[in-house]
Amino acid sequence: MAIQTPPLQAPVVSTEPSVAPGEPEAALIALKGVNVHYGTFHAVSDVTLDVGSNSITAFIGPSGCGKSTVLRSINRMNDLVPSARVEGQILYHNQDLNARSVDPVEVRRRIGMVFQRPNPFPKSIHENVAWGAKINGYKGNMDELVERCLRQAALWDEVKDKLKESGLSLSGGQQQRLCIARALATGPDVILLDEPASALDPISTLKIEELLRELKTTYTIIIVTHNMQQAARVSDETAFFSLNDQRQGVLVEKGRTDKIFTNPDDPRTEGYITGRFG
Amino acid sequence: MSAQAVSGRAAATYEPRRDARRIRGAIWRGLFFGATALAVVLLGMLLWSILKPGIPWLSWHLITNMPSRIPEKAGMNSAIWGSLWLVSGSGLIAFILGLGTAIYLEEYADDNRWTRFIHTNISNLAGVPSIVYGLLGLVVFVDWMHMGRSILAGALTMGLLILPIVVISSREAIRAVPLSLRQASYALGATKWQTVSAHVLPAAFPGILTGMILSMSRAIGETAPLIVVGGASQVLYRPDSPFSSFMVMPLQIFNWTGRPQEEFEQLAAAAIIVLMVILLIMNSVAIYLRQHFSKKSRW
Repeated sequence: MAIQTPPLQAPVVSTEPSVAPGEPEAALIALKGVNVHYGTFHAVSDVTLDVGSNSITAFIGPSGCGKSTVLRSINRMNDLVPSARVEGQILYHNQDLNARSVDPVEVRRRIGMVFQRPNPFPKSIHENVAWGAKINGYKGNMDELVERCLRQAALWDEVKDKLKESGLSLSGGQQQRLCIARALATGPDVILLDEPASALDPISTLKIEELLRELKTTYTIIIVTHNMQQAARVSDETAFFSLNDQRQGVLVEKGRTDKIFTNPDDPRTEGYITGRFG
Repeated sequence: MSAQAVSGRAAATYEPRRDARRIRGAIWRGLFFGATALAVVLLGMLLWSILKPGIPWLSWHLITNMPSRIPEKAGMNSAIWGSLWLVSGSGLIAFILGLGTAIYLEEYADDNRWTRFIHTNISNLAGVPSIVYGLLGLVVFVDWMHMGRSILAGALTMGLLILPIVVISSREAIRAVPLSLRQASYALGATKWQTVSAHVLPAAFPGILTGMILSMSRAIGETAPLIVVGGASQVLYRPDSPFSSFMVMPLQIFNWTGRPQEEFEQLAAAAIIVLMVILLIMNSVAIYLRQHFSKKSRW
């Protein structure tokens, strides 16, 4: 699998760099003091973390600790929840994604997302991949793009003879890889995955994990997972979220995955990793 | 603790009374069957009371002739055309306004006090007696807008009458489209309209179609508001424009049953059969279309 995506253009969000030239670019994505409220419910409190390029970052933690909420604020999916309010800075290429001048439609094209349950469109496999590219004005050869994305998602060999069949005719694991291929087709450089393997069997799960390791060479990946072994297997960095005593989601610590899993700084992380709670 | 002791205690605690439960189940089953049977028998009697006098009067000229004083020559051609004009007109109006309203309320409007107020009122409108719509149509369309007793005035009135049904059923259909489909679309950088037009509406289409057909079936059988708005008791020509005066099938039937001659009453029964057949054809087309579209969009 040696297919290369074309080099990504400069950050679209704005042409004006907010960092003085010469200063080294910080992390690709940087969250600074992010708070999320749903109505009166304070779901996530004061999360600050960096995500570097071409790495896999895993968000782990007990249910309801806000890790999916943080993930969804990175591609502005929380905009779709009427009561949601995101405060703080979320920088992407040093651009604040929540700035008034930023169009969430463009953010989501650049920061793709794969959901917990495979959700292909009730359309053909080809259309599933092509649609996102088409609506974003892709000008190249569509068949080539579809093939390239399906190859990147390690699905091409299984579907190359039935591209006209419905995406829903595939198995759950294949559907999830189709969703990954679909996310790749809009030319993103970040892919967010929200528990992508929790609805899949162990073999499909392993395939997805292998795939993520391949994709890391081209893309930056953030994955939310309930499965700690999965986090330990695939990720370079791990962020552990938990609830504080006001039942707000907080980031407990983030670091290299091997460190988090062997020698965490915070006793809460150690408690969770060793299965004493959560 | 031994297994003996456990099973001994269980025997003392449970009283299965399986026979009594079975009998109670059978009684309910019998009641439900009775309800179904009664409905079928009543429907059968209704059909029989129409088919018996009506069938001998069914003939080609009933469909092709214009109304006449002589029962043997009388036909309902103008009424059939009038109904088709009216139903397509009111269907078109209700489809455009109703679907637009449903899309706005479901996809665009915020969920606040106002939209909930509007929603409640649309539901209430569905329960307003049809004669009220007739009076509204008479005042607004016939008089104020000087449309006269035309197809246009009738179609607008009837369109308003079925509008709540179309709005409510379209809204339900749109709401039934899973959130995951919308999220998938937004996550690819689609705008709201791209999401709605490419995914939500195709997935909701079978349900929207069902609501349209139900409402058009209502429109084709509705009489009261048209007595007020349409009112023509005798039309001897086919309508040829939205401004023609018109006659519709239920009005024709109403008119014939009011004549003193018994022949006209039998002719009315035959006309009812024609109306039912047209209704059945409309419904079959709808069912076919729905099957056709829902096969494509299953998630």
